[in-house]
Amino acid sequence: MKLRKATLLAAGSALALGVSAGAASAETLTIVSWGGAYTMSQQKAYHEPYMEMNPDVNIVNVDKSANGLAGIRAQVQAGNVTWDIVDMLEGPAMTACAEGIVEPLPADEILAEAPDGTPPSEDFVQLRECFVPSIVYATLFAYNKEAFPSGDYPSTVQDVWNMDAYPGKRGLQKIPAGNMEWALVADGVPMDEVYEVLDTDEGVARAFAKLGELKDEAVWWSEGAQPPQLLADQEVSIATGYNGRFFNAQVMEDQPFELIWHGQYFELDGWVVPKGKLTDRVKDYLNFATDTQRLADQAKYISYGPARASSAELVSTHAEAGIDMKPHMPTSPENFQNPIPKNAEWWADNGDAMAARFNAWLAR
Amino acid sequence: MAQADITQDTGADGRLDKLTTADGTPLKVSIRRAMRRNKLIAFGLTAPLLFFIVFSFLMPIFDMASRSVENHQIPEAMPRTVAVLEGWNGQEVPGEAAFEALALDIQEGQRTRTIGRAATRLNYQEAGMRSLIMGSARRADQLEPPYKQALLEVDDDWGDLDVWRLIKRESGYYTASYYLNAIDLTYSDTGEIVAQPEYRQIYVMLFVRTLWMSALITGLALLLGFPVAHLLATLPARHANLLMILVLLPFWTSLLVRTTTWIVVLQTEGVLNDMMVWLGVISDDGRLQMIYNQIGTIVAMTQILLPFMILPLYSVMKGISPSYMRAAKSLGARPPVAFWRVYVPQTIPGMGAGGILVFILAIGYYITPALVGGQSGQLISNYIAYHMQQSLNWGLAAAIGTILLAGVLLLYATYNRIVGIDNMKLG
Repeated sequence: MKLRKATLLAAGSALALGVSAGAASAETLTIVSWGGAYTMSQQKAYHEPYMEMNPDVNIVNVDKSANGLAGIRAQVQAGNVTWDIVDMLEGPAMTACAEGIVEPLPADEILAEAPDGTPPSEDFVQLRECFVPSIVYATLFAYNKEAFPSGDYPSTVQDVWNMDAYPGKRGLQKIPAGNMEWALVADGVPMDEVYEVLDTDEGVARAFAKLGELKDEAVWWSEGAQPPQLLADQEVSIATGYNGRFFNAQVMEDQPFELIWHGQYFELDGWVVPKGKLTDRVKDYLNFATDTQRLADQAKYISYGPARASSAELVSTHAEAGIDMKPHMPTSPENFQNPIPKNAEWWADNGDAMAARFNAWLAR
Repeated sequence: MAQADITQDTGADGRLDKLTTADGTPLKVSIRRAMRRNKLIAFGLTAPLLFFIVFSFLMPIFDMASRSVENHQIPEAMPRTVAVLEGWNGQEVPGEAAFEALALDIQEGQRTRTIGRAATRLNYQEAGMRSLIMGSARRADQLEPPYKQALLEVDDDWGDLDVWRLIKRESGYYTASYYLNAIDLTYSDTGEIVAQPEYRQIYVMLFVRTLWMSALITGLALLLGFPVAHLLATLPARHANLLMILVLLPFWTSLLVRTTTWIVVLQTEGVLNDMMVWLGVISDDGRLQMIYNQIGTIVAMTQILLPFMILPLYSVMKGISPSYMRAAKSLGARPPVAFWRVYVPQTIPGMGAGGILVFILAIGYYITPALVGGQSGQLISNYIAYHMQQSLNWGLAAAIGTILLAGVLLLYATYNRIVGIDNMKLG
């Protein structure tokens, strides 16, 4: 009994120490990310080397990025922020920034320069006021070769809509973003005019009409692990999914998948710091974890492109499979020929309205 | 409890006030005192539970429900604009005073980083409000008098009458727009309540679907559960116990495991389809779609909720003496008649309890439909979860949730009125 009391007391005071900034011993950094293979790649590329350099720091992973914005909002509103750093997509990060629930991150003050001295503000793909990108990832179509025994494989977004030539169900993500852009591209809109067309009511109606052609053949997914599974089970012949997940299935599990890089829909993922958490320790970690070498290192473990220009050349081979990672990067020149960059601002504005319409469209 | 030493013989109840205890206090007072102490002790014993329920159950529900009408973002982030618009007639775009108030609000909101909340809030009502406000906020320090001209230069949408009407309409601390949204209504540009455009109508249909699917699941659970419960209650104990384990084992298994098992069984390349193809019932191209639609939701939820029907039925049936059936038969009723007219009526309390349990659980289910329901098998709670976690429109989630809660309470009250809650037996 006495022992338990002592343990409790110790635990309590440790907690109190951990909360008050600048506690000397065993500092805990709570880092929120996506879980699975992605958190693993961060663990290997960032967390482990950082903890090795700073033995008094303990990094705790929390797999809550899927509800990151909701979590930060709830914690800030409750006045009890327990997350130190959160991995988030660019769009939600901008929303969080506008609401004042994440800290502004002055890049040139906090972040590391490129090895040749290029300041961070020029080296990163796209810095935002409160957001430091770490990877570029793509959502794109992929197919199972076994689903097309004739050997004629789809290679463009238009082919995905061609049910006669490429029969089978389509696995699509249950959100409007991406699907609407692809529908317009399949309907003949040039990739760089997609958002101009979407800005009009007729354009939105046109996207939904084109998407309607796939509706009867669609299997809707919501978790990143689903599309490789759907393809492997041949529940669908073509599916959209994250390029990193497809890479894993292709290379690590030897699945007969091919990616359609035409029309890859790419967006940025990176770090935000919840309000009141921009301590020296967090700054130090961000400086380390987003430097040129570290971003290149992450590509050893997962096939997402580093969000710094200077990291591209340092991308090497996969840590386990030993294959060259460059051809699997969304940002490599061969793959980057016809990309659709996600317009985070357009989606921040129209996301609610599109989601409402998309859900109503799906439900009937 | 104390000195209940009564000096006089107790007569009729009416004479109680004349009675006194040994020390002379009237009996009535003495009893009341003793009762009060008992009540206090009883309250003291239940107080922890009561506080627990109030803090962990009632207060969160109240807090959540109040979000469905709260609208503090606008009056807090744009106090000057709200004040000026109070005296505005809403007929034409307001003058310099309103634009000045707006510009000052935006400048201060940008400094304190609160303007984004108002932008998010207004964007629920009208797509594009976020970029209008945030775009102006990014250039807040360049805003100088005359503000009307300055703001119109930043974005000519500020010259749109509907934008101002929207701000005025949503300027109170409370709003009805979440509730309107939750029943597929909205405000028109001029402020009348109208139906949502057809391509955005969804929630009424979902409420209706949730109700009929829950009713169907309850009916199926009763149909399947009744014979099982009857068997459990009538078999000799050692067989019954074995069967009971079969009922309880799935009950104790994780919900997720049971749901994913149904995916394995029902999917197009799954066990059931494979078996039917092998038996030649269907062709390989004609595999049935039994999951990711309403069928999937109904099958999986019926199985998952079945124990909630079987257990109350079982406990009621266990208490029915077999002598009633024997008596009926000896009086000449044939077994089906005896069963239907003597046995079944006695199980009604069990059916009521099981039915209401299953129905209320089904109405709020969301993990199972989310996993196996595809699109046509989604229930209203999936959209509450969606607005809590994905769209982050907590006001709308609260409004839908409150409507659902009110609906359940209403059904419960109706049930009580018709069947009587005393007639329900949970064990």
